[in-house]
Amino acid sequence: MERKEWPLWEIFIRSRNGLDHKHCGSVHAPDARMALQAARDVYTRRQEGVSIWVVRADHIHASDPDAKPEMFDPADDKIYRHPTFYKLPDEVDHM
Amino acid sequence: MTAAAHLEYVLRLADNALILGQRLSEWTGHAPVLEEELALANVALDLIGQSRLLLSHAGKLEGAGRDEDQLAFLRVDQQYRNLTLVELPNGDFGRTVARNFLFSAFQRPLWDALLSSRDVELAAIAEKSLKETRYHLRHSADWVVRLGDGTDESHARMQSALDYLWPYTEEFFTEEFVDNEVATSGLGVACAEVQPAWEATVRSVLAEATLKIPAQTAFRSRGKFGVHTEHMGHLLAEMQHLQRAHPGARW
Repeated sequence: MERKEWPLWEIFIRSRNGLDHKHCGSVHAPDARMALQAARDVYTRRQEGVSIWVVRADHIHASDPDAKPEMFDPADDKIYRHPTFYKLPDEVDHM
Repeated sequence: MTAAAHLEYVLRLADNALILGQRLSEWTGHAPVLEEELALANVALDLIGQSRLLLSHAGKLEGAGRDEDQLAFLRVDQQYRNLTLVELPNGDFGRTVARNFLFSAFQRPLWDALLSSRDVELAAIAEKSLKETRYHLRHSADWVVRLGDGTDESHARMQSALDYLWPYTEEFFTEEFVDNEVATSGLGVACAEVQPAWEATVRSVLAEATLKIPAQTAFRSRGKFGVHTEHMGHLLAEMQHLQRAHPGARW
């Protein structure tokens, strides 16, 4: 018999005091509506959240871990990209 | 007269929640997937929470010094006032969610109407429970639709679950003096008052699930009058065993 597994959904939850939805785990569910309910039942039992997003895991495109050197290392020596690099005139230094 | 009916009425509400909560907790460790295991356990805990509030209230109404634990664990089966539907064995997952659906579709309009009960304690319990029950209804209805309008196998199982459970729903609306008494005194609701809301929910969800409403039968279960099935004793044996073996045991 062919065995069809439910798709995997990644769960993002916004906490009571939070401004953004944070990734907290995943559930298996047949569709988006059931994924929201499963996420509610699995991840908000201890008042963790007031809002839930679900995204099908296969709709997420991730960067390749092996490409880390060329993706992220070049930023290492660009300290001038941080605002703290710049010395502002005294008059505006303590904005 | 009214006081006795009032107590009886609160016990019915309490025992429905207690016994279904006990039944659903049997799924812990056995559900088909982890997500649904947690969902059923959450529903069970909501119901047991409702029953604790209601049994404590019943204990006060009774005025004989019994607390929620004594009422939950130290009665014999004829003293329980739950609908027969909630004591039936779980069956498969389909039957379990079908029962949750039929019952929460009944409980929702009940809590709704009880928001304006003259019994302020009961009204407060209804307000808290209504939110929980609305979620139980949403969760179970969604499963009824998905399984009913699913594969041939899931459709057949849902239809047979419905055929099995349906005759027990007649009991929801069996009118008698307790309901009439609490309804006239403004403490409770007459069954007939919530029947249209129940029927509307059930009809629309079953239609969406492509399930057929079973034919009416003359069968009437009588759990709320203390006449229970053979399943009740087994359920109570497991539920009460700790209090019976170690009276007054505490965590």
